Amino acid sequence: MTAVTEPDVTIDSRGATCPGPLMDLIGKVKSLDPGTVVELQTSERNSTTDVPEWLEKAGHDLLEIEERDDHWNIYLEVD
Amino acid sequence: MHRIAIVGGGTGGTVLANRLASELRRELEAGEVEVRLITADPNHVYKPTFLYVPFGEKTVDDATRPIEELVDRRVTLTVDEVTGVDTERNRLSFADRTTSLHYDQLVLATGATLAPETVPGLAEGGHHFYGPDGAERLRDELADFTEGHLVLSVVGVPHMCPAAPVEFTLMVDDWLRERGRREAVDITYTYPINRAHGLESIADWATDLFAERDINLETFFNVDEVDPDAELIETVEGDELGYDLLVAIPPHRGSDLVTDAGLGEDGWVDVDRHTLEATAADDVYAIGDVADVPTSKAGSVAHYEAGVVADRLASRARGETPTATYDGKTVCFLEAGMDEATFIEFAYGEEPYVREPSKPLHWAKLGYNESYWLTARGLL
Ligand SMILES: Cc1cc2nc3c(=O)[nH]c(=O)nc-3n(C[C@H](O)[C@H](O)[C@H](O)COP(=O)(O)OP(=O)(O)OC[C@H]3O[C@@H](n4cnc5c(N)ncnc54)[C@H](O)[C@@H]3O)c2cc1C
Repeated sequence: MTAVTEPDVTIDSRGATCPGPLMDLIGKVKSLDPGTVVELQTSERNSTTDVPEWLEKAGHDLLEIEERDDHWNIYLEVD
Repeated sequence: MHRIAIVGGGTGGTVLANRLASELRRELEAGEVEVRLITADPNHVYKPTFLYVPFGEKTVDDATRPIEELVDRRVTLTVDEVTGVDTERNRLSFADRTTSLHYDQLVLATGATLAPETVPGLAEGGHHFYGPDGAERLRDELADFTEGHLVLSVVGVPHMCPAAPVEFTLMVDDWLRERGRREAVDITYTYPINRAHGLESIADWATDLFAERDINLETFFNVDEVDPDAELIETVEGDELGYDLLVAIPPHRGSDLVTDAGLGEDGWVDVDRHTLEATAADDVYAIGDVADVPTSKAGSVAHYEAGVVADRLASRARGETPTATYDGKTVCFLEAGMDEATFIEFAYGEEPYVREPSKPLHWAKLGYNESYWLTARGLL
């Protein structure tokens, strides 16, 4: 996995409970061009499994999951 | 005079106004306080009734009562649409009036709005039972539907009553069996995330029941577009699903009032989940579907929130510090067919336990629906 420093789009879903962050991501990805790098910020642990599963199903690339003090940053590239 | 304004005369606003009428009885009679309920619709609508309309068990009329029959006479009732909230100057504005209304404390209880138009083809290709017209059209469609593929698709989350799509699916299965048509109808239920429902215990319960009753389940299914001519659903994930009758839970949004007033995105008011006070303005509360709290958009939530906010408003009106808080209490009955139901109860951070469905719980749900009119009046 590559380290991502500069996402094109950041979605702040911290504080939202499951399935909020995943739904925020799905809602947003629809409108993005292929190649866009997205950072999803989530404080919901389930997102670290739900989001990669959805990316696999929908055919987008998971780049990196970064653990911070009180949340996770999930980076992905829109296919 | 201390003025309390409540916008929206649905479940939350009506219960709240009636609670305040009794909690602030003395202050209201002494003319020290005004409780004003402002609502756009002269009728109060009890939406849970719509679930039974497609099956011919209830009518849209059963869901409706004039609002003035339900509110305490000490409440000042105004039937009008609020078009603007100025949280700096504590004022409300109206569509057809040049005057505005001052409030000391404001509660927004404007509910959720259906937004089928946000998905191409959905309004033309799909049916729903989330409003009076939709429920009646679906009843007519269902009456003639004797064979083919029925798809129940949860297109938008969050939506009102998270249980209702599962209930409809289990009810339609039973209803078709009773008519001897189940063999000729395939049923598919779709949900946006990787399980059948947002709450894991309901997802597990529904998944087992769907398997037992031969109902197909499609997860990670996010509708991108509906093609009404080809009767085809296309998903964000790249899947396609054909249908003969599509029953879709349309996307929901809150109220433009909220977005315009800078109180929250997508029309849902950002609130403290325990005090229900708006985070972006003083003297403003939100209850019911329009409040963005991490639980279901359900009438029971609106009801419990109304109780908490009534206490808080009454304390402030008397110059005391409010202490009542909401712990996320949510109660739902779930129909598991045409004559059995279950019941769940949970609070913030809790996973509900789903009981074995039974006939007495089905009758309890119908009994609750009948006694709802007493609840709205504040008597139960
Ligand atoms: C099919 C279906 C089945 C359901 N089943 C259940 C169930 O079994 N159990 C359960 O607990 N919940 C159920 N619900 C959910 C429940 O109906 C809602 O959660 C509840 O009505 C929310 O109450 P509310 O006061 O927030 O909004 P509402 O009851 O929707 O009321 C909103 C009010 O605000 C008014 N309004 C809106 N905008 C304005 C404005 N700008 N100016 C003035 N007035 C305005 C409207 O006219 C309306 O009167 C169901 C919902 C549906 C659709």
